[in-house]
Amino acid sequence: MTGAADIAVVGGGLVGAAVAWGLGRAGARVVVLDEGDDAIRASRGNFGLVWVQGKGDGMHEYAAWTRNSATRWPELAAAIAESEGVDVGLRQPGGIEPFLDQSEHDAAELEIRRMHNQPGVGANDTRIIDAQEVHELEPALGPEVIGGAFCPHDGHVNPLFLLRGLHAGLARHRVDYRLNHRVERIERSGSGYAIETTAGAVTAGKVVLAAGLGNGRLGPMVGLDVPTAPDRGHILVTERLGPLLSHPLTRLRQTEEGTVMIGASSDRPGYDTSLDFATVARLAARARRVLPAIGKARIVRTWAALRIMSPDGFPIYAESASCPGAYVVTCHSGVTLAAAHALDLAPVLLGDGFNDRFAAFSPDRFRNEAAA
Amino acid sequence: MMRFDRLSSPGRARRISFLFEGQPVTAQEGDTVATALLAAGAGATRSTPASGSARGAYCLMGVCFECLVEIDGVPNRQGCMVPVAEGMSVRRQRGAAGVAEDVR
Repeated sequence: MTGAADIAVVGGGLVGAAVAWGLGRAGARVVVLDEGDDAIRASRGNFGLVWVQGKGDGMHEYAAWTRNSATRWPELAAAIAESEGVDVGLRQPGGIEPFLDQSEHDAAELEIRRMHNQPGVGANDTRIIDAQEVHELEPALGPEVIGGAFCPHDGHVNPLFLLRGLHAGLARHRVDYRLNHRVERIERSGSGYAIETTAGAVTAGKVVLAAGLGNGRLGPMVGLDVPTAPDRGHILVTERLGPLLSHPLTRLRQTEEGTVMIGASSDRPGYDTSLDFATVARLAARARRVLPAIGKARIVRTWAALRIMSPDGFPIYAESASCPGAYVVTCHSGVTLAAAHALDLAPVLLGDGFNDRFAAFSPDRFRNEAAA
Repeated sequence: MMRFDRLSSPGRARRISFLFEGQPVTAQEGDTVATALLAAGAGATRSTPASGSARGAYCLMGVCFECLVEIDGVPNRQGCMVPVAEGMSVRRQRGAAGVAEDVR
């Protein structure tokens, strides 16, 4: 591409790629500025759930936004399959949160009740199921599973194929994707922005920060305060096995290829993706109680990755008040929200009124809490 | 038909006999299951769970998982990581490991 872009997207992970894909599909001239393969990338370490249940407890707009994305996911998957020839393996048979004791049951029941009392989509049709029903849905679950929470809108996808499919789409939409272009400085320039990177300067009419944990560094350059922290999650993967599970579970899912993925821890060691083996052992022990059949399966890979976590766990979407045309888009659910980002959010970036559309997701909510 | 030649002649290396798909195969002490099968010209030693297409040993260093075989009744073993042993019974890994019989 020569000359200025309409819009620059900083970050080429699942959030940046989905936004850029949507912008490119809408006909915009887009440049994506990405870091290299050594970047901290949640997109290459995540679990792959398209998950609705439990999302938005405390922010009904997020519950609705998540549900909307799950509803639009088949459209995104079909578009990627048709035009990019990549089958992302989307399956949405509903998902189960299994309970191993009464306290887990009670916590889920309370959450459903709280969400039911929220406006809009409520608890997104999530309901408690008893031991008999959970074992009818998943006969391989162990006798210790006393019940579960079932949401018919849950599903899963291959997150690596998703990233690949979106990037294939960027090329087809003539999006100017630039690897190893770490952004160093962003400044107002005429009616747009001049962006300095480690590999040269770029100008664009608008700029979207979709750099995950990097948004904390980049935000202040355009008057945006983006409070996010790295939240480490561990994942274990077994060898490929014959069919065991037909639904994704909160911390356990069988991929289309047959591996069983085991998650998911959460701790805050900073920018550290090393493994904590006590955590690995704890995840494996729980997985064996839920699905005894994997007790003899070999673990072939184990890793940790960093979620991008806001103070309340909900997404942050905003246009800067002091730098119009500069936006931030960040969340910890880049897979679940990929369809919403690509199909719904991206077109709004090209027009006006972004903050009216996404008022609930403004980082101003953290300032208000601090003042209260 | 031999597809790989050993760099040195068998010489004094001890010969080992094992079974592949029930048929006796001769190997050398120190061979892994994967190299013994390559040297014996065994060809495809597994079919994939995803597409069912044929695969054989590739990286020979424990990374690619292409060399999966069933060894002494245990499925999904990495042939390149297991030294071949006298009397061992090796079979092709066909698709995914059967959880019903082998794992559950």
